Amino acid sequence: MEIPYTSETRPDTGLYNAKLGIWLFLASEVMLFGALFSSYILLRTGAPVWPHGRDLGLNVPLATLNTMILIGSSVTILLSWVSLRLHDVKKFRLYMGLTLLCSLGFLVIKYFEYMEKIHHGHLPSFNTFFAIYFTLTGLHGLHVIGGMVVNGYLWGPGLKLWHKDPQRFTNRVEVAGLYWHFVDLVWIFLFPTLYLL
Amino acid sequence: MSQTHDVETIRKETKTYIKVFLSLAVLTVLTVAVSYFHMPPVAAIGVALLIASFKASLVAGFFMHLSHEKKLIYWILLLTVAFFLVLLVWPSLNMWNQRDL
Amino acid sequence: MALVDEHAPHAVGHADDHHELGFWEKYVFSQDHKVIGIQYAFTSLLFLFFGFTLMMFMRWQLAFPGRPLPILGKIFGQTFAPGGIMLPELYNQLGAMHGTIMVFLGIVPLAVGAFGNYLVPLQIGAPDMAFPKLNMASYWTYFIGGVLMLGSFFAPGGAASSGWTSYPPLSNLAGAGQTVWLFGMLALIISSLLGSTNFIVTIVQLRAPGLTWMRLPFFVWAQFVTSFLLLLAFPALQAAAVLQMMDRIFGTSFFLPSGLVVSGQVLEVSGGGSPLLWQHLFWFLAHPEVYVLILPAFGIIAEVIANNTRKPLWGYKSMVYSISFLGFMSFIVWAHHMFMTGMGTVMSTFFQTTTMIISIPSVVVLTALIISLWGGSIRFNTPMLFALAFLPMFAIGGLTGLPLGLAPTDIHLHDTYYVIGHFHYVVAPGTIFAMFAGIYYWFPKLTGRKMSELLGKLHFWSSFLFINGVFMPMFIQGLAGVSRRLYDGGMAYSHAQDVLHWNKVMSMSAWGLALAQLPFIINLFWSMAKGKKVGDNYWDATTLEWAATTSPPLAHGNFAEIPTVVRGPYDYSLPGAPVDFVPQHRG
Repeated sequence: MEIPYTSETRPDTGLYNAKLGIWLFLASEVMLFGALFSSYILLRTGAPVWPHGRDLGLNVPLATLNTMILIGSSVTILLSWVSLRLHDVKKFRLYMGLTLLCSLGFLVIKYFEYMEKIHHGHLPSFNTFFAIYFTLTGLHGLHVIGGMVVNGYLWGPGLKLWHKDPQRFTNRVEVAGLYWHFVDLVWIFLFPTLYLL
Repeated sequence: MSQTHDVETIRKETKTYIKVFLSLAVLTVLTVAVSYFHMPPVAAIGVALLIASFKASLVAGFFMHLSHEKKLIYWILLLTVAFFLVLLVWPSLNMWNQRDL
Repeated sequence: MALVDEHAPHAVGHADDHHELGFWEKYVFSQDHKVIGIQYAFTSLLFLFFGFTLMMFMRWQLAFPGRPLPILGKIFGQTFAPGGIMLPELYNQLGAMHGTIMVFLGIVPLAVGAFGNYLVPLQIGAPDMAFPKLNMASYWTYFIGGVLMLGSFFAPGGAASSGWTSYPPLSNLAGAGQTVWLFGMLALIISSLLGSTNFIVTIVQLRAPGLTWMRLPFFVWAQFVTSFLLLLAFPALQAAAVLQMMDRIFGTSFFLPSGLVVSGQVLEVSGGGSPLLWQHLFWFLAHPEVYVLILPAFGIIAEVIANNTRKPLWGYKSMVYSISFLGFMSFIVWAHHMFMTGMGTVMSTFFQTTTMIISIPSVVVLTALIISLWGGSIRFNTPMLFALAFLPMFAIGGLTGLPLGLAPTDIHLHDTYYVIGHFHYVVAPGTIFAMFAGIYYWFPKLTGRKMSELLGKLHFWSSFLFINGVFMPMFIQGLAGVSRRLYDGGMAYSHAQDVLHWNKVMSMSAWGLALAQLPFIINLFWSMAKGKKVGDNYWDATTLEWAATTSPPLAHGNFAEIPTVVRGPYDYSLPGAPVDFVPQHRG
């Protein structure tokens, strides 16, 4: 038997299943990053002295560029979803492809940042600042990779579903987009916390 | 699905997304610029958090469509935010109230 | 044994192309919530048995400290038990893994993964869970976590040995087993997060027509609140596990303070960390976790009591509001596990207050269940016996929590056997009795056969006797000041001498309790094959899983036709009705 409300919305809640599911998942992610930010606050307020990211060699202009790239990718994934609602599969692939490119760019920049620090001996074990820096950005990076896997699937083999059940596929893209916006959201807080304060 | 497939509405939506993106870009530049002003720590943190929160609300409200989402989602998020604030703040408050051993 | 009805006609409105599932798809990588529920049941029962076995070894050491373990002494090897005598290092491993396995691999997977998975879709009139593939992923992630936890015993230095609470700096500096523990926890947490998302979406979105929130069986409400606790609390432990992994693998100092001296030498780390940070993150999860342990039990007991008193639950609405309030409060009491960390009076007052407040909803639920018995036409079958015993046992567990939740008394009782007695009363004759009640109660639904009442009653009475023999003396030892986690049971302390003899009583009771499970195990397997066949609604129950499905339910989609609900969940002895129960979907 079919599971109801996978594509259509349930009248009293106004939601389809995956949309409720992704928001619940994002709620748990809020708690995960919340716990890490809480750890940051506890460690920083308990430290006799806490360095500024800039003074430790963090590259602010590069990270600013990265922030723009990530926000840009949030827009492109949104436009890919809009394209599906206009039944324009070609545009969907274009915008989703751009999203993937931006994500790759973000990770490449992060890679160079990490390498630079490692060469300077600024490892996670160096001090608590770098410990939390690598942990927060590392976990965020893993979430970027996870998102890329999902988005890549939707751009590639997953596109098959569009021909069988376009509404369901559009919903999947919307849900993937919600996750991706959240990844962007986390970075919006991470960036000033680690690089600017 | 309360989404429409009406082309005009979608075009308007897209314009909004672009506007929001530009606002976010400007706010990013702003927050970086402000950080060069060497404010006292509390002020610096306050301003940075304010700008970040505003950016976040733009992403959440417009990109994630939270501004016209269903009631149930709002309640789940409200609950989450309440616990999030507790988790964020209480351990540090606890340490502040700690006895010197 | 037929666990799914293969021969029933296909469901109406079947849109999927329907192909015969192969062996692997049907029994191993199944997406059917019933099969997954049974997988969870068998796996978790095995883990419960294993965790219990670890404790039985520990109880030998406690009763006869320094004496070689008879017959089985060799299995631990010469490293950890030379000459069959348990070393403290081994005792600590057994202790830490007993707690971890019982809580995370035993009770929660049984209460939520098995009972929840199997029953929730049936009780709400749904063809399956909202996300069947995710459900399958939850089970196999749990399985991987279990394999990791068991495998940790073979790590160099043995399994984790810093308590199930894994406090740093000890756990930071412990052997490789602790790292395996962290990875195991990561898998288990992911499994729980996937599962809780699935449960919440299923309950919100897939309720049958007419099944409004206040017509839900209380069991479903319990699972609903439990899922929110898992969803929002587990990430904190996930974060802590990640941080400790960073400490152990990448040499960070999240939990290591500056200037820590280990074995006379200053530790070569960056320092600046805080052991208390771990405690906050750990208990932020672990307190809601204890409500995860008890809520499904409340759910099961409520179903069994309503059915076996042949009357509606008293105070259903109060119970629903209570557990919702309880769920919310559970997030702001966690530091009552940390009263002895040098907490200031402001924080201590806050957490004592919230802790006292949170005891109220539990009392409301217990009182409602007790009042539900009043005027009932009580059937004293095996599930009901376990359910009735649950009530005073949980009361003891709950009441003994009060002096722990108040800081002045906690000073004396913290980290003593009193604590162990308290939480075991809630979980062992509490939750586990509820699990037994559930197994006896729903066995006819899963198999179309009944379990033996004679063996069931033998199981019940002997378990009830011995379980109290194990845990009641702990209060005596705790009040005398005997600390927990002592491998010699307190032998080295003068203040423990007068109460040491209780160790032998408790150990004998534990071994008796193990023997008492034999009739249950025999009953379970024998009845699956040869139990008396019974009808679809053996207990004459009102809820949908009994009244609207076959025993066992249909393999595809559970219901020949999705029922429409027209009444509440417990219309027993309805005035004017021809029989003493009216199913939820009957007009």
